[in-house]
Amino acid sequence: MASSIRVRATANGDITEVQALIQHPMDTGLVKDAKGEVIPAHFIQRLKFECNGKDVFVADWGTAVSKDPYVKFSFKGAKKGDDLKVSWTDNKGGSDTTTAKIS
Amino acid sequence: MTITTGPHPTRRLILQGVAGVALLGLGNLPFAPARAAANDKYPEEAFKQKSEADAIKALYGKTAEPSDKVKLDAPEIAENGGVVPISVTTTLDKVTSISFFVAENPSALAASYKIPDGTIPAVANRLKMAKTTNVTAIVEADGKLYSATKEVKVTVGGCGG
Repeated sequence: MASSIRVRATANGDITEVQALIQHPMDTGLVKDAKGEVIPAHFIQRLKFECNGKDVFVADWGTAVSKDPYVKFSFKGAKKGDDLKVSWTDNKGGSDTTTAKIS
Repeated sequence: MTITTGPHPTRRLILQGVAGVALLGLGNLPFAPARAAANDKYPEEAFKQKSEADAIKALYGKTAEPSDKVKLDAPEIAENGGVVPISVTTTLDKVTSISFFVAENPSALAASYKIPDGTIPAVANRLKMAKTTNVTAIVEADGKLYSATKEVKVTVGGCGG
């Protein structure tokens, strides 16, 4: 299965810029489908980025984060070729993980 | 997402309030490691709060003061409330977390980001907005809370239906 996570990490000097795009419905639990039945809430609760054994960024999300969420941040202390591990878990126990090389 | 409908809603609310206060009390115990561990959990309660003030209280247990060192970047008008690009940067030192609140969403807290040492205190993301309202970014720096607020006009709400 293709990963739900697309991540790009670019090192520029000491600073690594990370952009991540995740495929996820992020259902709020407030929307009804065509039959008038409520679509149950289904959203990512925690998204974590680890580099060299250290958490560099942790996102806690509610239902107000858009569908197919996007996030951008930067951190120091990594170099080209280092691994960046990205993982998420959602409110239904689903999860996914991927590892990207910093370029 | 329903409000309590039991025969004694006020009693239940009071009990919930007491439980909340007890939890906050535990979080504030003087030993720091326990606090850090508690902070490491997904802040479920904070995400359940409907109003912005309650959500801030549940997440941080204190109030924020407006600061021009927090720069919130959001569009004046969002044509699609389902995808509103919002970012925040700050010149404050010792930032430990950044959170986003949308005042009139069904639950105000949208996202909360932990900023460990070595991570630049700047985040960009996309949020849903139910209608025209204020977006607030809160930056926790050196144990204090600083905020920036901006109104975003929404022409089509992001809650579908």
